[in-house]
Amino acid sequence: MTKKCIPGLITIMLTAFLLVGSSAPAATNPGGDEAPGRKMAKQAVKREKRWITTDHTKHEILQKPFMSGEEVTQACLSCHSEASAQFHKTIHWTWLASGDKKDMKYGKAGYSVNNFCISANAMEDKSCLKCHAGWNGVDEGVNCLKCHGTEKFNYKEAFTDIQAFAQDDDPESKEIMEEIQAEVTNAVGKIALPGRNNCGECHFKGGGGDGVKHGDLDTSLMKPNKILDVHMGTDGEDFSCTRCHTTTNHNIAGRVYTNPAVESSKSLLEDDLAPKITCISCHSDAPHKNDSKMNDHTDKVSCQACHIPEYARVNPTKMSWDWAKAGDLKDGKPYHTKGELGKDIYKSIKGQMTWEKNVVPEYFWSNGTQTSTTAEDIIDPSTVVKVSHPVGDAKDPDSRIFPFKIHRGNQPYDKINKTLLAPLLSGEKGYWTTFNWEEALTLGNDTLGLPFSGEFDFVKTTYAFPITHMVAPKDKALDCTQCHRRDNGRLATLSGFYMPGRDKSTAVDSLGWIIILGSLGGVGLHGLGRFFTRKNGRRKNHG
Amino acid sequence: MDDKKIIKIYLYTRFERFWHWLQAFMIVALIITGLEIHGTFSLLGFQRAVNVHNFIGLSWLVLFAFFVFWLFTTGEWKQYIPTTKKLFSVVIYYGFGIFQGKPHPVEKSPGAKHNPLQRLTYLGLSALLLPVQMFSGLLYYTWNLWAGFMIPLAPVAWIHTLMAFMLISFLLVHVYMTTTGHSLFSHISGMITGWEEIYETTTVEEWELPAKRK
Repeated sequence: MTKKCIPGLITIMLTAFLLVGSSAPAATNPGGDEAPGRKMAKQAVKREKRWITTDHTKHEILQKPFMSGEEVTQACLSCHSEASAQFHKTIHWTWLASGDKKDMKYGKAGYSVNNFCISANAMEDKSCLKCHAGWNGVDEGVNCLKCHGTEKFNYKEAFTDIQAFAQDDDPESKEIMEEIQAEVTNAVGKIALPGRNNCGECHFKGGGGDGVKHGDLDTSLMKPNKILDVHMGTDGEDFSCTRCHTTTNHNIAGRVYTNPAVESSKSLLEDDLAPKITCISCHSDAPHKNDSKMNDHTDKVSCQACHIPEYARVNPTKMSWDWAKAGDLKDGKPYHTKGELGKDIYKSIKGQMTWEKNVVPEYFWSNGTQTSTTAEDIIDPSTVVKVSHPVGDAKDPDSRIFPFKIHRGNQPYDKINKTLLAPLLSGEKGYWTTFNWEEALTLGNDTLGLPFSGEFDFVKTTYAFPITHMVAPKDKALDCTQCHRRDNGRLATLSGFYMPGRDKSTAVDSLGWIIILGSLGGVGLHGLGRFFTRKNGRRKNHG
Repeated sequence: MDDKKIIKIYLYTRFERFWHWLQAFMIVALIITGLEIHGTFSLLGFQRAVNVHNFIGLSWLVLFAFFVFWLFTTGEWKQYIPTTKKLFSVVIYYGFGIFQGKPHPVEKSPGAKHNPLQRLTYLGLSALLLPVQMFSGLLYYTWNLWAGFMIPLAPVAWIHTLMAFMLISFLLVHVYMTTTGHSLFSHISGMITGWEEIYETTTVEEWELPAKRK
């Protein structure tokens, strides 16, 4: 009987499992084909190089001896007639988030502040101008070479020298001048689309040094391997910045202050002219293998949340900055102390700071926009002021859980006006020279045309940077249990939604365990009862 | 009554036994993986637990449809019709009689495989507990398809968890009850071979006898 059953049982089981096999998840689909998101992205970058139809070294107009930066710009504009006009409208030129020049609210040139060097003081802080793509702020023309020159060359110094030697009648001076001009001409000819050197010169060193600001952008990305950045790795795809930060009319895709990088995330299949700034652009919103539960995450969790396990994986990044500690002098002179990671942990001119490497991000709901507290906005000094913070909510269909670097600061604020203050730092009258807060704050707020009552103190602040670069190879992506765990998970602080493995209802669980323990106790007692009365049964049965 | 002989009748057909043990395997596997997903312990690893849980859960759903089809085409659904007849004597038997060595008040027969208490329990199980568990599981699995318009995941998860606890409780009592037969393992062996031991005096139709039945 039993023997006859077995083949039948096997047949039925096999049939059953074959029947349901088609609807089964990844468990039945080991290895197999490449994930669709990978396949699509590979197709999107199949063409190896953009073809270029011009060699700038052969253009006559670029071979003349230049006397000034402005002349170089004019040479560029003689062919690229609209370039300057386009560029003047971009944030890279205006340093204002809004296209409307009267709207000074957000931007380096406006009322925006951060918790690093706080404010650019309406460009009165000249040290900030190093990164502006003009020959002299916005007063002279666009310095095209800032973004398009492939040769690292100090044009400003060169032109100052050229002009100095030109004043001189000495033939030797003229010879030196011509030599410098030849160097300039040589450098000017080396024109290309912006490379990592161009973007990185400012964006890797934002906040006044390598890795100070972003955490996911520092000089380690100049020549990363693919373990640091799977897209930019020189041993892998070797993307330039503009491969994803696509550009129209000199407007480079990316988030600026409160404005998100894109209004809605779309794949190239849905809109092939959309900027390629989002992961979805090339990888689609179902990038993992078919039937993978991971694809069910993409409507709630950003790609970055799992695929960037840590940031600052090569170079350290600054995590906190306490301005209140600034001004301590040794023998009347400013000093600095280096910490374990080789970075300054104290500087008389800046205060106390901390640096970290391999940092685990903090996670927030984000719809791509950020709130921004400017020097105009009223703050509550009894709380930690969020100078920049993501906007989002678990219930918002456009929000995703997104990784952030939170930089924690302690910075001056006006005790009467309840506003963040914008001290002037560099220059003769700046704090870095005078170590006089009152003067620096008065002058600084003056540059913005904002009032300062004269009474100040320090307030704790946070500044949030979305972590979106340094995407690790897929085998380094987070394991489920980094979040799906009862305690100390990465999303432990996020509430407003139910996450399996992390959440439970205490009432349901308590009730459940009472039911189970009750059943166990019940059958245990019943069994014991039967054990002790077992003779009753036997007597009856066999007696 | 004391000197009644015990005979065997063929009570559970091949399909019923197959279904019973497959379902037992699936329920145990679902409970283990489910508790891991719930965060109670770690065994397979979260990802594998989820994959196994989803695979078995969906398989069960499909197989259950076959079971329901079988139940109605064979008329076996009648085995689940609840009755209060002798219900209390069964309750009293398990509460008292069993300790006094009294016989079970309701003997099994092919027409009535389940005693009144079993009928009620299994009806509750297969008409309420399991469907609710399957439906809440399906909602849980497909949550991303309807999330945003309807209810949040939490209540679905709570119901699914509570039902799981009740299934564990059922399993504990059910396994214990198998030991209350003529010997500790006679009920279990009945569910393996199909042959259940009953007392001779129970009316047995001719077709139920071993020689007539394969």
